[in-house]
This record gives sequence, C-alpha cells and structure tokens, in this order.
Amino acid sequence: MSELINSPIWRDLFVNSADNIPWYAEFVRSLLRFVIALAGGLGSVPILVWLERRLLGFWQGRLGPNRVGPFGLLQPMADALKLMMKEDITPTNVDKALYYLAPAIALVPVICSLTVLPWNSSSDWGAVAPHLNVGILFLLAVASIEVYGVILAGWSSNNKYSLLGGLRASSQVISYELGMGLSIIAVLLMTGTLAMQELVHSQTIATNVPIPDSSYSIWTQSVSAGFWNWNIFKLFPFGLVAAVVYMISMIAETNRAPFDLPEAETELVAGFHTEYTSFKFAMFFMGEYANMMIVSAICVTLFLGGYTAPWGILGQLPASWAFFPPSVLNFANHVVIAPLWLFAKLYTLISFFILVRASQPRLRYDMLMHFGWKVLLPTALANVVLIAISLALQQLFGGIGHLIAVAIGGVVVSIVLWVAYLHWKARKSGDEASRLPIRRESVVRAIAARMPVED
Amino acid sequence: MQSSDVLAERGSTFPAGIEVERHHDPDSGADTMTINMGPSHPSTHGVLRLVLELDGENVVRCTPHIGYLHTGIEKTMENLSYYKALVLTDREDYLSNLCNNLAYSLAVEQLVDVVIPEKSQVLRVLLNELERIASHMLWLGTHALDIGAMSVFFYTWQDRDLILEIKEHMSGVRTKTSWICPGGLRGDMPSGWYERVESFLNQFPKRMEMYEGLLSNNPIWLERTRGVGVLTPQEALDAGLTGPSLRASGVAFDLRKSNPYSGYEQYEFDIAVGQYGDVLDRYRVRMEELRQSYAICRQAMKRALAMPGAPVRTNDRKIAPPPKAELDTSMEALIHHFKLFTEGYHPPVGEALGSVEGPRGEKAYYVISDGSNRPYRVRIKGPSFYNLQALPKMCEGRLVADVVAMIGSIDIVLGDIDR
Repeated sequence: MSELINSPIWRDLFVNSADNIPWYAEFVRSLLRFVIALAGGLGSVPILVWLERRLLGFWQGRLGPNRVGPFGLLQPMADALKLMMKEDITPTNVDKALYYLAPAIALVPVICSLTVLPWNSSSDWGAVAPHLNVGILFLLAVASIEVYGVILAGWSSNNKYSLLGGLRASSQVISYELGMGLSIIAVLLMTGTLAMQELVHSQTIATNVPIPDSSYSIWTQSVSAGFWNWNIFKLFPFGLVAAVVYMISMIAETNRAPFDLPEAETELVAGFHTEYTSFKFAMFFMGEYANMMIVSAICVTLFLGGYTAPWGILGQLPASWAFFPPSVLNFANHVVIAPLWLFAKLYTLISFFILVRASQPRLRYDMLMHFGWKVLLPTALANVVLIAISLALQQLFGGIGHLIAVAIGGVVVSIVLWVAYLHWKARKSGDEASRLPIRRESVVRAIAARMPVED
Repeated sequence: MQSSDVLAERGSTFPAGIEVERHHDPDSGADTMTINMGPSHPSTHGVLRLVLELDGENVVRCTPHIGYLHTGIEKTMENLSYYKALVLTDREDYLSNLCNNLAYSLAVEQLVDVVIPEKSQVLRVLLNELERIASHMLWLGTHALDIGAMSVFFYTWQDRDLILEIKEHMSGVRTKTSWICPGGLRGDMPSGWYERVESFLNQFPKRMEMYEGLLSNNPIWLERTRGVGVLTPQEALDAGLTGPSLRASGVAFDLRKSNPYSGYEQYEFDIAVGQYGDVLDRYRVRMEELRQSYAICRQAMKRALAMPGAPVRTNDRKIAPPPKAELDTSMEALIHHFKLFTEGYHPPVGEALGSVEGPRGEKAYYVISDGSNRPYRVRIKGPSFYNLQALPKMCEGRLVADVVAMIGSIDIVLGDIDR
C-alpha cells in the first residue's frame, strides 16, 4: 500500500500539484474528473427520479415504485431500458433536422454545465474545470441554451400542443432568467468573485477566523466556520431575499410544478415533448432532471455553502485515524465527505421542490408573467441596489453601514407594500373584497312555472 | 324557425349555432388557430371533444362536440322489461348510479302506483347522499388535478373508495349495484353495514378540513378560480343548468327542497347557494353540499337504525320479488317470482316523470307505458348535457388553462351527456 502511495506515478496522479506533472498525468486527471462529474451528475438522475416518485407516493398516501430492485431503486433503469426498446416514431411533416436536434440541445448543455460545479476544495480535483475563473458566467451562458431544445422541439414537432408548449417555455424562461441573473449578481456583489471555487471558499471562512494551515500538498483544507457564513445568511436579509428569488426562478427555469406550464399535462397533453417517443423522449426526460439537479447544485454552491459542512468539524475525518497515511485521509475527506455534504444539501433542497410539486396547484400563464415581471424582477432589482448600498456604506462606516442599508430597504418595502395595499383595496372594493360566503337556504320556493314549452 | 331564433326571441344571451370559419385579422394578416382538445385528452373527463379557436392562448370560440360515448341506452331500455331496464340506469351516468336508480324507480313506481315502505325511503336517502359524496369526491379530485394540485386527487380517491366499499358490502358490487329498484330496495343491509357507514362518517369531517386546508385558502387556487367562467343567473337558466352549477350562480333551486321526493322534506338541511357564479363559487357550493350531505347521512342513519327488521320492499308481489325463504314453502311465491323475472309487470297506459337532485343536477327519467311489459319510451334527462351548454359562453376570451378549470367546475360525465 505505502509503496503504491509513494510511487512517482501515484504522486503524479493524485498528490503533486498540477504545475509540475507530466502531460499524460494531466490528461488522466482530466479524464478522471470528467468521469466523476458524469457519474455524479447523470448518475443521480435515476436516483432523483426514484426519490421524486417515492416521495410523491409517500405524501399522496400510496407506495410509489417498489417492485424492481431493493425499494424499487432500479425502476428508473427499467424505465430507461423500456424507452430505449420502444419504437422511435417520427411524425409526418416534422422539421426533421430540428426535430432530431432538439433532444440533444436539451441534454448537452446540462452536461456541459457540470464542468464548473465544484465538489470539493482541492485546487486540482475540485471540479472538471477547476481553474475557470468565470465559472458562474459560463454556467449562466450554458444553462440558457437548454431552453432552445424545448423551443425547437415545440416548433419542429408539427403539433399545436407542442407549439404552445414551446412558446410558453420561451416566454417563461426569458422572464425568469432575469430574476435568476439578478439574484446571482447579488451573490457576486457579496463575494466579489466569479470563480465557483472561490464562491464556496468565501462562505467557509468568517472574516475574523484565521485560515488553518493546509498540511498536505494539493489538498487545501477548507474549514467551514459555520453555516452562518453561507451567502443565504450574509447581509441579512439581502442574502435571504436573493436566495428565495433564485429558488423560485430555478423552479420556473426547470419547468417544474407549480411552473410546469410548458408541459402542463392537463392542458397541453405533454407540451413540447408530445410527439417524442423512445430514446428521444428519454433524452428530454434525462435533460430535465439533470437540469433540475444542476440548478439545485448551483443554488447550494451559491447560497448554502456548497460542499462544505454546516459546521467546522463535520466536514472532515478525525486526524486521530493516524493509521491511514495522511494523503489517504485527506483524499477521503475530499472525495467522500465533501461530496456527501453537497449531495445531502442537494437532495434536501430537491425534496423541498418535490413537496412543492405535491402540494401546489399550477399557475396560469398570465399569473406566471405577472409574478415574474411585477413581483420577482423588482424584488431582485431592489435587492441588488440595496446590497450595493450596504457594501458602499460598510466601506464608509463599517458594520453600522449595513444597518443603514437595511433601514433604507425597510422604508422602501414599507412604501411599496402600502401603495400595493391601497391599490389592492381600490381594486377589490368593488365586488371582490366583499365576497360573501356561500349562502345557505333552508326553504326554497317550489318552481311554479318552468320555461314555456314551444308549441 | 331555428332554435337559436326562438332563444333570441325570449331574450336569451346564450350563443346558439356553430360557426366554423376562422377569424382573420386583415390588419396584421394573422389567423386564429384551431385546436382539437379531445376526444382523447387528459382533462376532458372522458371523450369530450372541444374545438377551440385560439388567438395566441386566448380562446376566441369553443365548440363542444359530443357523441363519442353514445351507448343507445334509452333505446335499449325499450326492449327490456321494467325490472331489467333498471340495470341500464347504472350505466349511463356511471358516477351517480344510485341516483339514476332512484329517478327511474320513482317514475316506474308512479306508473304502477305502488307505495313503498318507510325504511326503504330512509335508506334511499342515505344511499343517495353517500352517492353524492362519492361523486363530489371524484369531482374534487379531478378538478384539482386539472388545475394542477395533484395530491388532492389521491386523497379524494381514498374517500370515494370507502363509499365504494360500503356499496360492495351491501351488494357485492362496487359501483353498478342497481340496489334501488321499483318497489323499494333489492334487500336489507347486511350485518356490519351500518358500522361501516358510521366509521366512514366519523372520519369524514376531518377529511373535509384537510381538503379545505389544501385548497380553499391557497392563493394560487383562489387566483386560478376567482372570476373565471362567470355565469349570471340568467345565463345559467338560459343554458338549462341545474344542480350545484346553477346554485353557484345564485339561483336557489334544489329538487330536494322544491319538489321533495323519498321523504327529503323530513330532513334538516340547507342548500348551498353561491353569488358570483364563477369557478370558485361552484367549488365552494359543492364543498358546502358535501357538508350538508354529511348532515343528511347522519339523520338518515339515525332513522334507519331505529327501524331494525322493518321491510325494505313493497309487499306487492307483482312488483317486487318475494323473500327468498318463502320460495321453498309457498307455491304462489314461486309463481310470482317466476312471472316477475320472465314476463315482468304491465303498468297501465300512461306516462311518468321521476326526477331527483343528482350530484350534477336534475336527473330525470321520463317513462311512457303503452300497457305492455316494456316501456314504450324512456327519455333520460342528463344534467351534464345542459351544464355543458354553458361552456362555450364561459370560454369566450379566456385562456386555455381556464377552459380546463371550467370543464372541471361544471362536473360533466360523458356517459350522462351521450347516453
């Protein structure tokens, strides 16, 4: 064991810094990173599907899939297998090129966005592309491409339901991408970086806590000082507002209930993918769930401390396990513990979205637009401005500056709420505010004469 | 003179007649889009086909096309003896079987002029109210599912299943029991049946609270339903609406109150009347109706339990079969039994209307007798048919998502429409 660990190849592959390793070691590292990302990203799609169906079953008083494999865990695999073996139908008069391209456009960007997502703090092993210093911009750019798959599928399918689904998807994504972008800008203001790794790091260290020494070569130990340093709690309440705006926009971005208008089953049959069968449908399905996972992972990374533990010592194995070589212990800390925390946060977040799906009715198209443009966007915009004010004032006056910003925000919000209340009152005073409860009649006049019958 | 002209003469605001050409806007050169919703669509509650003319997502015109579930039940009934035709009534509006049974039985009982025992009247009321609860549960689940609240569907299905089990306990059949028949009931309730109903009723108010908690104050639900699909009282009457859909528009009309049958006048209950006639009011009226049905069930249970061993069938052996035990000892009973199930009875020449307040509205059977053992004509009035007439009026200018909500709110059953 120790011979292997001390061998030059092992050191090249796993221990030495990326600056002084041969090209083939760099190549193997890249491949390994990509495999890990794919396995973690696409591999969790079936788990996600299983989790969603089981949780929905639990909340709806039924069992959910429980036949294939232990607890039904293999059900998504069986479904995927079934989809692959089904006949692949291409309807007549579809726009063939776009029709075949659309599922790929829906799936590939999602896989691409896996590349910048950090899963541990290692400078070489933390992500597929750990050194990309505009990670969040890359994510935004790539994630927006996914909706083209939906739009093109709706356009090319030669089906009116698909067309309506595609149109709904495009308008929805345009509206909610703005809120999403603004909430990300809020985070960028707070942290001052675009690199994903640094976004996580900035949430791990309280400003007055010294960074602990990192003892082992490339494995920089990031100590999570505590969950109160997460961006969601930073500059309270501005971080929280940004997080909430992001979470709402991300449900809308991924077309999940209650924003699942593009594929509203009871209105548009299956929306944009009505005409898709077999593996092309599976690709949409996979893309959708992978996208849901990616946006949730971004949410965790931006607001919930990423892969770090909510409290210091929870993020690492105890050093007293000295019979393991330090590099192994460190490797375990990074490769096992850190991703475990990432997944724990991820699945908690996703479970929450499944609960929303289980409990909320679907919005109508005009409600969706109204909410996106008149509620979410102004909120996010005001939030960004207030964060900027807060940061500027903090530079001038120190900690009290934030309180001033909060006070300004409070005043603005109060005025807006007051105006909204007056507006609401004026609008509702006609008939809606006085909406009476259902009347109960105990005596009913017998109908004396019905409508005259035509002779 | 066309029917639309007749309606127009009477001052009807109801649109009649179907226009098929598309709207064309000469300024922008834009056409409206025609889209076929159904007959196979997740939210048309069966095989309803709506031809929607859309301007973007706005509905310019909605034309229902019916007939995909035509079964010829009315015609088939003419070829069956009165007693046998009963089983077909279960099969037309398949969500309110016992109410259909009752309407038909009332009509036939008028024809043969038979008085049925008190206990069967009480049990008829009890069964009808249980049926109303079951039907409203199905409506609530599917209506909520249409609007996107999927979990409610599974919860209401559980409640409906409890009622189906009650029916199964009684008759061995889950839905199409034919338990209410001319002359009373098929038989008395088996042991343990009342306890089962009791246990269902005991948990019911809690379930109602849960549904109210899930939907009644949910802002998305309110926003989706408030002000959608408004029908004024006049429009509702013009379209011939009955039942909860009519009452939600503010017309206090309920056959159980205005023309009581089966002793409904002896029960204490209110009818729920709405004010705005929109989807929300139709929802709230039905929710209130569920509570009132629960109250009636309680009263009927009390009465039924006070009459143990009382007969549930008329003693007229020409109309209802004799008890099974009598067949072994009485020659006459055997003859009656044989005659009833082979030839049936011959009501005097005449016609009769039996109408009840079903879960969807006035359910009426109009039976004409020519003196033979088979009805000369049976005409079924299905409330869903009339309720559907209001749909085009409601849909104008609304969004596609509203169409789905409105179909759910008028609670149509295609078996009831096409018959």
